[in-house]
Amino acid sequence: MSAVLEVSALRTHFFTHAGVIRAVDGADFKVRKGEVMGLVGESGSGKSITGFSILGLIDPPGRIVDGSIRFNGAEIANAPEPELQKLRGNRIAMIFQDPMMTLNPVLRIDTQMIEAILAHEDIPRQVAWERCREALGLVGIPSPEERLRAYPHQLSGGMRQRVAIATAFLNRPDLIIADEPTTALDVTIQAQIIHEAQKLTRQTGTAMIWITHDLAVVAGLADHISVMYAGRIVEQGTTDDVIDRPLHPYTVGLLGSVPSANKRGQRLYQIEGMTPNMLAMPKGCAFAPRCRAATPDCSTAPQITKVDGRRLRCHHPQALGAAT
Amino acid sequence: MTAPLLEIRGVSKRFTKRLDVAGKIAQRLGSKIREETVHAVDAVDLSIAPGEVLGLVGESGCGKSTLGRVVAGIHGASVGQVLYDGKDIATLSGAEKRAATLAIQMIFQDPFASLNPRMRVEDIIGEAPRVHGLVSTSDTEDYVEEVMGKVGLDPSMKRRYPHQFSGGQRQRIGIARALAVKPRFLVCDEAIAALDVSIQAQVINLFMDLREELGLTYLFISHDLSVVEHIADRVAIMYLGRIVESAPTEELFAAPKHPYTKALLAEAPRLDQRKRDFAPIEGEIPSPLDPPPGCHFNPRCPLARADCRAARPVLHPISPTRSVACHHWTET
Repeated sequence: MSAVLEVSALRTHFFTHAGVIRAVDGADFKVRKGEVMGLVGESGSGKSITGFSILGLIDPPGRIVDGSIRFNGAEIANAPEPELQKLRGNRIAMIFQDPMMTLNPVLRIDTQMIEAILAHEDIPRQVAWERCREALGLVGIPSPEERLRAYPHQLSGGMRQRVAIATAFLNRPDLIIADEPTTALDVTIQAQIIHEAQKLTRQTGTAMIWITHDLAVVAGLADHISVMYAGRIVEQGTTDDVIDRPLHPYTVGLLGSVPSANKRGQRLYQIEGMTPNMLAMPKGCAFAPRCRAATPDCSTAPQITKVDGRRLRCHHPQALGAAT
Repeated sequence: MTAPLLEIRGVSKRFTKRLDVAGKIAQRLGSKIREETVHAVDAVDLSIAPGEVLGLVGESGCGKSTLGRVVAGIHGASVGQVLYDGKDIATLSGAEKRAATLAIQMIFQDPFASLNPRMRVEDIIGEAPRVHGLVSTSDTEDYVEEVMGKVGLDPSMKRRYPHQFSGGQRQRIGIARALAVKPRFLVCDEAIAALDVSIQAQVINLFMDLREELGLTYLFISHDLSVVEHIADRVAIMYLGRIVESAPTEELFAAPKHPYTKALLAEAPRLDQRKRDFAPIEGEIPSPLDPPPGCHFNPRCPLARADCRAARPVLHPISPTRSVACHHWTET
């Protein structure tokens, strides 16, 4: 099946007074129709900036300096603004961590949702309204007619996130970028949202990029996973491969530090140190200073290699099953 | 059984929003405005043995942080007693009271908001022990260095300000500040929730090391089941102000009894789960301003019947180590 989105060698840099921040410095991935890709990384790894780059939402001093983003075969990296506007909210939609970033606090839900449809399609308002009601029903909102008349502050956090998801799905986009959409929510609400998102991607064939720091969330949701560290995708493969048989020392460390992967009461595997300062990146492999497998040759940047059915950026892939 | 280090008896905490003048006038004129009361914590009993780690789990708004704050003495209880070493803290006075309040310290969730940005780290850590006369002014510097070393901070950074540290390091400063007054009991309120995964592991390890080294007792408040499963000896599950189940960690995770606990365990994402179809529990936590009658969980509960709406189930023992607050726990 052809890829909905194909990102290759993407570099998004921020030119600040203090120096150049290489927020994204080599991201390659493909997402096919109906697929969910988990983009995993810690804060500052560049996972959100990757999402913003796809939508052309990078503001100065940042810009995409290199690489290509092909959406349904067409190049959209640094595409002119009118062209991007036709895509945003229509063919590519985004769900943010904080639904209040999507929702305007002074407008009723119906006003905002109908606007999202009428911006891209010339249909009667009543038809658009019907579609909004249907969308709210699909994400499990009880009495959607009533909710459409409400203002965002009258809804709970979980309800707001559902509205944001319903809005994202309104125009049946080909791709949805979800940036930590459940991080601020409670466990039972998170389970509901993941359930709805999964159902909708299956029903509509929409591809999805689920950006998160939580490996456990994508383990149950994604078809394949890309792990990002300091602006680069360091490991990429199917969910089973990455979670059960990680090869990159960083992935091994991340998985090892999740409490449920450890024996109760024992010390957790810990990655020493902290994520590097983006202004003073280590030469070569950015993970080398924290890596147990690091050797002098890690001072040259590892290239992408294909190992055991996945793409890897490491000179010293870990033995299979090292984390288990 | 050893005597508990800390015991909570029938503690409730209510927050009331008083009417302002306009509200009172409107009320006189026949408006339906009333004072609003939130029952954040509703008649909770808990006891924690010396050296034990009790995990307190619940979703946002369930009152777990309020309970932690009552234990740490930040809020007074509206009803009920908090006993430290068998003595009601509220009735103590003088040196005894000071000893009891110093012995219970709290670590907060947000390492950015809980440190004074205008104070140097050495003052943040050194102020309390100096004021309380635990160390003399001349020894404070050495003492601060010792405490910083204990939590894995480089003592040479003591003259820096909080903004010069990363999130994980700030959390260590918060822990050092709590440890500086030589507590026996730590209330950790979502102490690792704001940290990155790899940093979380470092701080969890630190908590476990400190427990061993200093013989600390913890009330570990968290919404993250996997963290609590890892660190706690016993777990109490809270829902809308009440404890619904309490059991030793292994038993609780192996065989949850309360329907809410069951739902929580089933729905928490886990690494070993792959794409799956499941029907998550419906609905959301009701507003604590207007809790449902009877069992607070009844509107979302698959087992709910008429008696669940009529009477509040009390937390009752079902084995020597476990208790549950549910009318129909045998059916789960």
